[in-house]
Amino acid sequence: MSVKVRIPTILRTYTGGQAEVPAEGSTLSQVIESLEQNHPGIAARVLDDQGKLRRFVNVYVNDDDVRFEGGLETATPDGAGISIIPAVAGGC
Amino acid sequence: MRRKGLAIMAAQTVAVSISSSVDAEAVDLGPASGLSCRECGERFELGPIFACASCFGPLEVAYDLPSGSPEELKKRIEAGPANIWRYAPLLPVPADVAEKPNLNPGWTKLVQADNLARELGVEQGKLFVKDDSGNPTHSFKDRVVAQAIEAARAFGFTTLSCSSTGNLAGAVGAAAARAGFRSCVFIPHDLEQGKVVMAAVYGGELVGIEGNYDDVNRFCSELIGDPLGEGWGFVNVNLRPYYGEGSKTLAYEICEQLGWRLPDQLVIPIASGSQFTKIDKGLQELIKLGLVEDKPYKLFGAQAEGCSPVSVAYKGGHDVVRPQKPNTIAKSLAIGNPADGPYVLDIARRTGGAVEDVNDEQVVDAIKLLARTEGIFAETAGGVTVGVTKKLIEAGLIDPSLTTVVLNTGDGLKTLDAVADTSQATATIRPSLDAFRAAGLATS
Repeated sequence: MSVKVRIPTILRTYTGGQAEVPAEGSTLSQVIESLEQNHPGIAARVLDDQGKLRRFVNVYVNDDDVRFEGGLETATPDGAGISIIPAVAGGC
Repeated sequence: MRRKGLAIMAAQTVAVSISSSVDAEAVDLGPASGLSCRECGERFELGPIFACASCFGPLEVAYDLPSGSPEELKKRIEAGPANIWRYAPLLPVPADVAEKPNLNPGWTKLVQADNLARELGVEQGKLFVKDDSGNPTHSFKDRVVAQAIEAARAFGFTTLSCSSTGNLAGAVGAAAARAGFRSCVFIPHDLEQGKVVMAAVYGGELVGIEGNYDDVNRFCSELIGDPLGEGWGFVNVNLRPYYGEGSKTLAYEICEQLGWRLPDQLVIPIASGSQFTKIDKGLQELIKLGLVEDKPYKLFGAQAEGCSPVSVAYKGGHDVVRPQKPNTIAKSLAIGNPADGPYVLDIARRTGGAVEDVNDEQVVDAIKLLARTEGIFAETAGGVTVGVTKKLIEAGLIDPSLTTVVLNTGDGLKTLDAVADTSQATATIRPSLDAFRAAGLATS
């Protein structure tokens, strides 16, 4: 499955400044592995030492927050848009 | 203005967008000395950044707080203007902030709520309502936006923006108008009419997003990383570390208005949780500076049942907040994925407080209770705090013999729909004494 991943500003040093990069995988976990292969170091920014999503990272597959879906096992259909977003925005 | 192109944090793993190209040396934000990650402690120079490059944790403003005797500082504060700028030495703003065009919010009333206390079984003279509906745009948001405006000036932004549940959109629109910024703010498309009008009237651009607040917030987070949002200061995204500091002024004012004393118990609404954490930060600063006695206090968080991710986590004994899809009349608190939720849990537990929620019916009852006892018409968030206060007193978690301060963060005129059905004319009569007598309204 080919997907597009939207990269937040603070991770673009890993993608050569690109805001969106392609990746492969049928689950979010596989997509992150694919990202890591192409952009070494990026996975450790998104995942904690236990391999879970960091608590201040939100990831959306299309319009769905993966925390409401299957977390890292959320399916990533062919052509899906994936967004990685810092969670510390908003509110007051 | 001072965007000279020197990339901040060049040695750190932070991508440099146009908005983070700031000459940190030239930035004058008073006592603010830098930013630090609340999660991992990493330090950064002052700039329009909000998340830690290492762990995504929230960045906070670090200070060189004033030295000298507490009495001198008290005198200096007390001689200051009757607004938040009396606390300028403790905020990320330049020393001459009071001379710049802004809305000068704050120094709202701390109402001794004896009638409400009687109804709730609280000792007379011990219950207070901090009524922030008295701010320029009728909510506490003016406090935080005022900080963001100063940061926006320092970083050279010309457009102000935000994701908003309504109150913030109005506060940004008004502050931008006064300070000479363009504004373009984003709200969920289905907000209360009062909030839409109050956001649109100031002449900036107001955009309804088809979705809930969390969808709006996500949209803004993506916009900020896109050329479309270049040069924009999002008060609660890339200016969030500065913006949030405005909530500290609630803590400062409450203590000063109590005669430089800490309250024993504070009941605070929880949306993202930022206000809760900043009030704690403000209280801790006052203790550190010797402006108040160092003694324990308890912070209680209040949510609506229809959007209660922090309350559910607290009551379940968790330290992680599971997001919810909001469904409550308390729309200003309807943030299903609260950024500062984990810190609220930490602080509530550290201080011996709690986080509780009330349902929409209880919110309406509490709005009316506060209105009929104290003459304060609160928006739904105020109904949440008063309702939770009542619930916590009944549960024995709030001690009715101790000084308790309940926050009302906004004006009921913004959320008329919540009480419109049950707040109607008692009777409609012909203009005659007979009709009045017949209606049974004459005093006996």
